[in-house]
Amino acid sequence: MPMRINGAEAALPPDPRVSLLDLLRETLHLHGTKKGCNQGACGACTVLLDGERILSCLTLAVQCEGRSVTTIEGLGGEQGLHPLQEAFIEHDAFQCGYCTPGQICSAVGMAAELRRGVPSLVTADLDAPGIAPDPAELRERMSGNLCRCGSHNGIIAAIAAHCAGAAE
Amino acid sequence: MTPFRYARATEAGEAVRLAAEAGARYLGGGTNLVDLMRETIERPAALIDVTGLAATIKETEAGGLRIGAAARNTALAEHRAVRSRYPALARAILAGASAQIRNMATVGGNILQRTRCTYFYDDAGARCNKRNPGEGCDAIDGFNRSHAILGASPACVATHPSDMCVALAAFDAVVHLAGPAGARQMPLTELHRLPGGHPEIETALRPGELITAIELPPLPIAARSTYRKVRDRASYAFALVSVAAALDVRDGRVADVRLALGGVAHKPWRARRAEEALRGGPATAAAFRVAAEAELAPAAPLRDNGFKIELATRTIAAVLGELAGEAA
Repeated sequence: MPMRINGAEAALPPDPRVSLLDLLRETLHLHGTKKGCNQGACGACTVLLDGERILSCLTLAVQCEGRSVTTIEGLGGEQGLHPLQEAFIEHDAFQCGYCTPGQICSAVGMAAELRRGVPSLVTADLDAPGIAPDPAELRERMSGNLCRCGSHNGIIAAIAAHCAGAAE
Repeated sequence: MTPFRYARATEAGEAVRLAAEAGARYLGGGTNLVDLMRETIERPAALIDVTGLAATIKETEAGGLRIGAAARNTALAEHRAVRSRYPALARAILAGASAQIRNMATVGGNILQRTRCTYFYDDAGARCNKRNPGEGCDAIDGFNRSHAILGASPACVATHPSDMCVALAAFDAVVHLAGPAGARQMPLTELHRLPGGHPEIETALRPGELITAIELPPLPIAARSTYRKVRDRASYAFALVSVAAALDVRDGRVADVRLALGGVAHKPWRARRAEEALRGGPATAAAFRVAAEAELAPAAPLRDNGFKIELATRTIAAVLGELAGEAA
C-alpha cells in the first residue's frame, strides 16, 4: 500500500533506511520541508502525519505505509495561502525563512491539539475542559521549533492572531 | 546507517517471532533509535516495527490503568484518567522532549530510550563502556555536569533521560513483557539496572523480550501529585534534576508519600530513604529538608555535578512543600 503525500499517492522507498524527510526532498523534490539538524533537535523538518505534527527526519518512510502526509506545499489551496502562512507574512514571523515551513506545519498541528484540549507543561489546571491559547501556552507548545534568526516574537504573534481568528 | 531488514508486526506474539534473529530490535516511534542508528551507535540487523500493537489505555479490574506499550506519549498525557488520577505522570510526559516527539514516541520506547551522555554519542573520539565494554569511560574525568550522583560506578556515570519513567517509578508501575519464553511482569523500578561493572546491560529484559503494556495500580494518593523538572532552559531540554511526588497529609502529619528523582542516576530513582523518613512524621518544611538530605546522603559528586546534590535536596523540599500547601 502506498502512502499519500499532499493528497497524491507516493511509493514507499525500496531501502528502509530512507527517512520521510529524504523521501520528500530527494525523491519527490518537495523542497519546502527543510533539513536542519537531522537529529530531532530543531523542528525544521516538521510535517503532519495523519494530521499530527511529527519530525520527518526521525521517521522512516516505510513506517508511513497507508498513511497521509501533509507538507508545507500541501497546506494552501487553489484559492491561495493557508491562513497561517498569511499570518506569518502579516507579523514578520521570519527573516531567513529556513525554519518557517516547519514552524507553520507545527503551528497547524498545535492548533488542532489545542482544539482537542491537549494540555501542556504550563497548563495550570489539567482537569480544565478548555485551554486558552495565551502567549505562555503558545511558547511552550512551539518550543520544538527553533529559529536561529530569533523571530520567535513574530512567530508567536502570528500564531496567536491565527488562533484568535479561528476561534471567532 | 547500516543496512537492516524491516518488518511490521500486528500483535505481540508475531513481533517476538519476527525478532528471533540475532541483532533484531523493536522499533517504536524511532525518536531515539533512528538517531542512534544514523550515528551508527546502534546497528541492528532487523527492525521489527511494533507501533501497530496495542495502544489502548483502559481501566483495570483493580481500579488502575493498563496502558498499551504502543500508546504515544501525547495520548497518555492527554488521557482524562491520567490527568485527574495520576497528574504527575501527565506533567512528567509534558515536561519531556517536544510536542512533535511526544506525538511520535511510544510509551514502551520511552522506557527503553538510551542515555544522552555526550561521550556515549561520540563514537569517533571518546571511550564509553556502554559502546565498547571494558574500554573505559571518558565522562568520569570529562565534562560531567549532567551526569549521575547516585548509584554510579567506576565504569559508568550516565543518567537515564526519561521524565515519564520518574513518575512511573513513584507510582509503582508494573511492566508487562512478552518474550520467547512467554509472558511475565516486573515492577518498573526493577526494569532498569544500575551500571555496576556492566553498563552495557541497561535493563533486566531477556533477549527478545518486548514491553507490551504498563500497568498503574489503583493509587488514591497519586491524585495529589506533581512533577517538577529543573533544567538549563524553560522547555525542550533534559533534566538536571527532576522530582515526581505524591503526598497525603492528615492532621499535619505525613500519612503517605511517593517520591522519585530523575536526572541523578542510571535509572529512575525511587527515593525510598526519603519516603521512610517522611512517613508518620510532621509535614513541615524542616522535615521535608531532612528527608531530602537523607536521600542524597550517599550521593557521590563528580568534578562538575556537585551542584545537583543541593539542587535535588531543594527541589524535593519545594515540591513536598507545594503539595503540603495544596493539601492544607
